[in-house]
Amino acid sequence: MPLAFDWTQLAQQTVIGLASGGIWATLAIALVLIYRSTGVVNFAQGEMAMFSTFIAWSLVHHGLSYWAAFFLTIAISFAAGVAVERTVIRPVERAPVLTVVIVTLGLFFLVNGAARWIWSPETRTLPNAFSTRPIDVAGVAFSIEDLGNIGVSLAAVGLLWLFFQFTKVGLAARAAAVNPEASRLVGVRVSWMLALGWGLAAAMGAVSGMLTAPALASFDQNLMQPVLLYAFAGAVLGGIESPLGAVVGSLLLGVFVNLIGTYVDWIGNALRLPVALAVILGVLLVRPGGLFGRAAGRRV
Amino acid sequence: MADALLELEDVEARYGPVKALNGVTLSVGEGEVVAVLGANGAGKTTTLRAVSGTVRRAGRIAFAGGSISRKSPEAVARLGIAHVPEGRGTLTELSVRENLRLGAYVRRDRKGIREDERRVFGHFPWLERRGDQRAGTLSGGEQQMLALARALMLRPKLVLLDEPSLGLAPLVVAEIFRIVRELNEQNGLAVLVVEQNATLALEASTRAYVLEVGRVAVAGESEELRRHESVRRSYLGY
Repeated sequence: MPLAFDWTQLAQQTVIGLASGGIWATLAIALVLIYRSTGVVNFAQGEMAMFSTFIAWSLVHHGLSYWAAFFLTIAISFAAGVAVERTVIRPVERAPVLTVVIVTLGLFFLVNGAARWIWSPETRTLPNAFSTRPIDVAGVAFSIEDLGNIGVSLAAVGLLWLFFQFTKVGLAARAAAVNPEASRLVGVRVSWMLALGWGLAAAMGAVSGMLTAPALASFDQNLMQPVLLYAFAGAVLGGIESPLGAVVGSLLLGVFVNLIGTYVDWIGNALRLPVALAVILGVLLVRPGGLFGRAAGRRV
Repeated sequence: MADALLELEDVEARYGPVKALNGVTLSVGEGEVVAVLGANGAGKTTTLRAVSGTVRRAGRIAFAGGSISRKSPEAVARLGIAHVPEGRGTLTELSVRENLRLGAYVRRDRKGIREDERRVFGHFPWLERRGDQRAGTLSGGEQQMLALARALMLRPKLVLLDEPSLGLAPLVVAEIFRIVRELNEQNGLAVLVVEQNATLALEASTRAYVLEVGRVAVAGESEELRRHESVRRSYLGY
């Protein structure tokens, strides 16, 4: 036990954890969006985000700035998400949950395969969105990149929240997710609301991918697989049906995983993913509804 | 019935292999309140669902001159038919105000929507005070009134009202029927109401149909049906 605890290190590691957690939160929100509207965990969400990231890479490669590519990719991903729902999910809209799960698994391999076919298997880099310089806050040095990632993630989540809370279409989308029958009776095109959900989820996934890639020395088609697991753990921790829970759960998980990796020697960097899996297992055993989910009892 | 607003001719409907309607023919005129009576399982609810498109149906269904027999529920709603389903169809996760906003979802006239909101608050003053409350926390009677209020926000030409009295206290039921009558008299709203409580339904309506095993057994003026021997014995209980 050291005599003087290093508070600076704790603050730094917490912010680093929040930065990863924020990125996971955007993908976790995507999982929640699909879960609430379609009723399944979309196993292909990470691969869709990876595909978006490769689109961004291509745009940057053709001379666009990072931010121009960022916003253009979000728009393309939204359209692609809608298209995926219309073509792949719509035919199984009324099928049993297991069928839909298997379709998303198929989608996983399809998207992964397509990305390998389009983009050769060399490793790539995406430029940094933010300066990698540190910034001094109250005597502690933080990386601008980490703070930027936190800011962008929270902004994306915040915009999504505003959309659902304050627009007519957002209201209709929420209604369609909780009570499709009654929503149809007021004229809501429920099926299109589902497609909208997939579009928004794909857009959020694109954000997570485009924030994940620049932090890595290089990336390939497996880029988003660990991120999907972390996002899933975050969503489960917060409650897979709760958007707020997904954000809080992911942020908590980000900090927890990073601190435990920092302070517990034998975990270090190598065992972070198993820690996330342990969190999934623990939550499902102890409190299946998650932090923000409704404890047990579902409406029947 | 020169200008029928809604016309059903030989309408059949089925839930999977089970046939629920065996050729129902009925009509609702402009500004008319029409009741559908019958025992459990006679096809009352299914008749409404056939109109709104929430059950698979065949036969001719015309609304305001156009066929709606192949239209989806959302398309039917967009034509101005508001269905208040059995079990109320309140969106319990949303607030009272959000339920009302959703009722006006297909409309584009902001001014008209605000007007209708005021009108609805006139009928149900407590809705305004409790706008931010989650609809699921309302009592059964309040949810039924909210469902009706939500239906009115569509500014419908026709309201399909399914068992408004189900599980509610007599006073609340009387209140709901009073409001329905008021809407009909003031705004010429046409209503097709399904009701177990035949006494109430025959008082509130001008005409009525009695269904038996998926087809119309008796039809006529509500006044007449109240004196009708077999209707009285089977449904009014005296």
